[in-house]
Amino acid sequence: MPLLEVRQLSKVFGGVKAVQNVSFSIDAGIVYSVIGPNGAGKTTLFNLITGVYTPSEGEIVLDGENLAGKSPNELARRGVARTFQNLQVCMNMSALENVMVGAHLRLDRNLIKAALRFPGLAGRDRQLRQEAAELMAFVGLEKYVGSRADCMPYGALKRLEIARALAMKPRLLFLDEPAAGLNPKETLEVDELVRKVADSGVTVVLVEHDMKMVMNLSDRILVLDYGKKLAEGTGEEVRRNPDVIAAYLGAHA
Amino acid sequence: MRKSRYFGLAVIVAVLLVLPLFLQNGFHYDLVIRMAINAVIVLGLNLLIGFAGQISLGHAGFIGIGAYASAILTSHFNWPPLAAMAAGAAAAGLLAALVARPIFKLKGHYLAMATLGLGFILAIAMKNEAAYTGGPDGMPVVPMSLAGWEIAGEKAWYWVMALVLSISVWASLNLIDSPFGRALRALHGSEVASQVVGVDVVRYKVAIFVMSAVFASIMGSVTAHYVGFVTPNVADFFHSIELVTMVVIGGMASVYGSVVGAVLLTALPQALATFEGWETVAFGAILMLCMIFLPKGLVPTLAAKLGRSE
Ligand SMILES: Nc1ncnc2c1ncn2[C@@H]1O[C@H](COP(=O)(O)OP(=O)(O)OP(=O)(O)O)[C@@H](O)[C@H]1O
Ligand SMILES: [Mg+2]
Repeated sequence: MPLLEVRQLSKVFGGVKAVQNVSFSIDAGIVYSVIGPNGAGKTTLFNLITGVYTPSEGEIVLDGENLAGKSPNELARRGVARTFQNLQVCMNMSALENVMVGAHLRLDRNLIKAALRFPGLAGRDRQLRQEAAELMAFVGLEKYVGSRADCMPYGALKRLEIARALAMKPRLLFLDEPAAGLNPKETLEVDELVRKVADSGVTVVLVEHDMKMVMNLSDRILVLDYGKKLAEGTGEEVRRNPDVIAAYLGAHA
Repeated sequence: MRKSRYFGLAVIVAVLLVLPLFLQNGFHYDLVIRMAINAVIVLGLNLLIGFAGQISLGHAGFIGIGAYASAILTSHFNWPPLAAMAAGAAAAGLLAALVARPIFKLKGHYLAMATLGLGFILAIAMKNEAAYTGGPDGMPVVPMSLAGWEIAGEKAWYWVMALVLSISVWASLNLIDSPFGRALRALHGSEVASQVVGVDVVRYKVAIFVMSAVFASIMGSVTAHYVGFVTPNVADFFHSIELVTMVVIGGMASVYGSVVGAVLLTALPQALATFEGWETVAFGAILMLCMIFLPKGLVPTLAAKLGRSE
């Protein structure tokens, strides 16, 4: 049984059919990429699967359970994590705290116990800081461990989002253009990082415009165009697909 | 940076311990007690406004609920003061939850509007229910007593409020640096990011709104017993605005800023009293200057100048 199965998923915004009848499935442990021209519906697809948007139609089945229309925090509970194409870092917090927030669901969140600093909480907090610092090192941000988020460069913030998502200990990680806006060297580093994450056992779903990175990392690729599924398969299959070639040539013409 | 978390608290406790040596008369004590009461309210309000990024323009309404719960239940129904205070706090918390739940599901300025309206309704109710509240003239309140010990006189109230303020600062510091507090700050920083890591945003907003309402109500009860009299002015719109101003001047999302803001703005009208008739104008001018030159508030601006983040 696949880890995630999306069936006949659609999202309509007013007159815009951003996602139309898209179906695909993702096996556990692979890197799955979603590509397509600007406006193809990739981010919308991510928003649907992570509960940020409610589908107009369709099913999102994770481990046999239909989660379409569930809220983001319910998906988070089931091990779904993500990063954002347009940065969503909490600039009012430190870098480390941003990562710590990722562990939200694993922590004792009681207001009264926190305010009165119940015994044991301080130790747990120290442990969490340690864990978050290790995650920052894992994504290559060790030098920003003591930093405020609003003092960090763009490329580092992109990775900070990955560290925050990893703090959830997710099963399924959605990365929306992790290399967008990065220089070639940084892109290569993100490429390696995604490999490392996948090797650690997390199933990765990647949206990325950098084709080299996509071809290098992906086990399978889904191609969207105008909200519709255009093709799906291995890198080789997709690359040879005449519809894909036409769409990409069309989009870049 | 982490070690100094309680440094400011130590300073506050030290100041509170030695301050009585410099307080020469009841008037001085009274000023400090009112500063402390406001500081506790503003601490709660700053958790809502500064940390969670939500606004309340009717917080004085909750103060009014506490004040009148204490006044009415102790006088008309002979309740013990602590029970009356608890009942007021429960009522304020419940009302806050009832109002906030539907509103937090919406976005934008609805909360500002709703809290504004709520404040007005409460103030009007307190004026109109004259049979119970004494109407616009207000009503007397019995002294506070705890397990047979009556808190009477400024000195006793001073130590009670010194203790309450110290504990409130300590609890606020603990809270913002906990998973709950981080979730609050995260939903302020990016609501969608906090949602996808699992924060139930509506629930957290409601929780902090309720908590700040409960703080306000309890301080309303305290004020009523301390002053020995309550009028509908406690729930006044201008009082709500004054509290928000304390948050803004002291510094949003700053625990110590809350205390500084409350202390300064409680003292300011006294200091301006010499301007006879022009106090309000001077008050407004000072606020405007603060907003222009210290948009982040006093404490965060100073902390940044001193080169360490709070
Ligand atoms: N919240 C929204 N309201 C209305 N229309 C939207 C919304 N979100 C997306 N759309 C529309 O849906 C379509 C798909 O957008 P989407 O952001 O999913 O594309 P994308 O494939 O991620 O593109 P890009 O590569 O530029 O990031 C676009 O036409 C977009 O304008
Ligand atoms: Mg996109």
